[in-house]
Amino acid sequence: MLKTYSYPQFPYRQSAEQQSGTVRRHPVVVIGAGPIGLTAALDCAAQGIPVVVLDDNNTVSIGSRAVCYAKRPLEVWDRLGVAAPMVERGVSWKVGKVFFKDDLVYSFDLLPEPKHQMPAMINLQQYYLEEVLVDACERSTLVDLRWKHRLLSLQQHDDHAVLSVETPDGIFRMEASWVIACDGANSDTRRMVGAGFTGQFFQDRFLIADVVMKAEFPTERWFWFDPPFHRGQSVLLHKQCDNVWRIDFQLGWGADPDEAKKPENVIPRIQAMLGPNTEFELEWVSVYQFACRRIDNFRYGRVLFAGDAAHQVSPFGARGANTGVQDTDNLAWKLKRVLDGTSPLALLDTYHEERAYAADDNLLNSTRSTDFITPKSRASLRYRDAVLELAETEPFARPLVNSGRLSTPTPYLHSSLNTPDEAEFSGRMRPGTNCADAPVRVASRDDWLLHQLGGGFTLLCFGDAPAADGIEAGGAKAQVLVVGRDLVDADGVLTERYDGQPGTTYLIRPDQHVAARWRQFDAAKIQAALRRCLCL
Amino acid sequence: MPLIRTPHLSDPDGFYEELIHSQRGLTDEQAELMNSKLVLILANHIGDRQVLAEALALARPKAATQA
Repeated sequence: MLKTYSYPQFPYRQSAEQQSGTVRRHPVVVIGAGPIGLTAALDCAAQGIPVVVLDDNNTVSIGSRAVCYAKRPLEVWDRLGVAAPMVERGVSWKVGKVFFKDDLVYSFDLLPEPKHQMPAMINLQQYYLEEVLVDACERSTLVDLRWKHRLLSLQQHDDHAVLSVETPDGIFRMEASWVIACDGANSDTRRMVGAGFTGQFFQDRFLIADVVMKAEFPTERWFWFDPPFHRGQSVLLHKQCDNVWRIDFQLGWGADPDEAKKPENVIPRIQAMLGPNTEFELEWVSVYQFACRRIDNFRYGRVLFAGDAAHQVSPFGARGANTGVQDTDNLAWKLKRVLDGTSPLALLDTYHEERAYAADDNLLNSTRSTDFITPKSRASLRYRDAVLELAETEPFARPLVNSGRLSTPTPYLHSSLNTPDEAEFSGRMRPGTNCADAPVRVASRDDWLLHQLGGGFTLLCFGDAPAADGIEAGGAKAQVLVVGRDLVDADGVLTERYDGQPGTTYLIRPDQHVAARWRQFDAAKIQAALRRCLCL
Repeated sequence: MPLIRTPHLSDPDGFYEELIHSQRGLTDEQAELMNSKLVLILANHIGDRQVLAEALALARPKAATQA
C-alpha cells in the first residue's frame, strides 16, 4: 500500500448484453484500460465513434511505471480535453546532472523552446494520469468502460471479430467491427492473432523504486554511470508529484530480480545514493524486464495494435507511453473514415506505414541510448568512459553523452499520405511533421494555434483570405482558417514557424500533421492532396 | 574533401616519437582509454562525417566482415 496514494476500485457492472444474452456488434472495442487504451477510447469518442473498453482489472496502474510525458502526447491529450489536470499536477524539471563513478561530470539546463502551450515534458505517476483519463471516459456518453472484463479468445471474420469475454458473471460473446488492442507488452490479443513480435536487440532488467523524501530535495534529473553505490550499472533519479521520487536501477541480465527487490537490499543502495543525511521512505518497488521489439504488422484483419502491444522499447527517453499516444492519435480519424465507408481499408494500412516507421525510429533511438549506457564490448566501454571523462571539461563531448534522448515525435516524412512540396520553405515544418504550436489571438483573446486545429482537416492560410471557405473531397471538408482574419499572429511566431509568406496554404490532418502545403491557394491541388490523404 | 591518404605530417619521425612517448608508463587500460579519447578529440576536430566514415573503413581490418 502506498503512503501517498490510495488506489481507486472501479465498480464492475454487468452489461445489458451479457445479462440478456444478446450478441451485439460494436463499431470499436478497445482491449486494455491503460494510458493508451483510454486515450484510444477518448479519441474514438472525439471522432463520434461509440466505443467499448474492456479491462481485466478494476483499478489504475500499480506503482508509478511510466512517469515522463512529453510535449506531443500532452498536445494530443489537450486536443481530447484532458491535458490541463495532468500539467497542473505534473512536475517539470529543467536541470539535469550527469555523474560518472564518484564525480559530477556536468549539469545542463534543458532550455525548452519558448512559446508553446505545453511544456517539453512533465513527470507524473502513471496512476494519476490514468485517473484523469478514466474520469474523462466516464463522462463521455460514447465511451463504455467495463472493468473486470477479460478477453479469452478472438475469432476473425471478414468484417468483424467475435470476442469471448469473461466477467464475474461468466462468459459471454460480443462482436466488434474493429478491435484496438492496447493490452501492453505481454498482449494476449497479439498471441490470439498469431502476430510476430520480433527484433529482440537486447534484454535488460530494471529495479524501479518510488521513494518519499522527508525533506527538500532538488527538482533535477540525476543520471549516474557506474556509480560507487551500484557498480557497473546505471541509475536514474527524477521527481514526480507528492514529493515522490522515482529511482531506476539498472540490474543487468544476470541479476536475481527477487533478491534485488528485497527492502534489505534496496534501502542501503538508495541511502548510499542519496547520502547518509537524506531521510526517505520506500513506497513501492518492482522489477521489470524489457526488450526492444515491434509487431510485424500493426493491423491483423480486424485487430489494430497500439502502444506496448505493438512495440516495446527500453525506458531511456520515455518512449513507451509517449509513442503509444501518438499511435492512437494517428489511428482514430482513419478508423472513423473506414467505419463510415468514406475511405477504403488502404487508409488503415497507412496506420501501419506511419506508426511502424515511428516505432522503428524509437527503437533506433532507444538502442543507441542503451548501447551507450550498457556498452557491449571492452572497446565500446572505453569509448563510453572516454566520452564521460572528456565531458567534464570539454563541451564538444557532451552531445555524445547519451543517457536517453527525450522522446520527440517522428515526422512521417515518407508517408504515402503526403503531397511533396513544390516550393522552397524554411523552418521545421514539412509534409509529415506534426504542427508546431504557436501563440495566437482568437476573438481578442490569447489562445494557441493547436486549439484551432484537429478533429477534421484544416486549411491554414496566410495572407489574403481565399474565396472558398473550404475544400471538399470524399465527404471530408477541409475548413479554411485565415491568419489575420480567424486568428491573429500577434507575436509573429506562427508566421516564422510556418514560413508563412502571403499566399502560403497548409493542409493539416485531423491529427494535426501537415499533409501538404503550397505558396498559393490552388483549389485543384488542394483537392488532389486531400484525396490522396484520404486514400481516394 | 576526401580523406587525405598522402603524406601530410611535416615531421613524421618526430610525431611518431611523440605519439609513442605519450603513452609511456600507462597501463594497457589507461592507454586504451587515452586512445579512445584521442579518437574522439580528433573526430570532433575533423567534424566531416564522410571523412570520418572513410577513415573508419580504412582502419578496420581487411579480414574482418563488413561492419
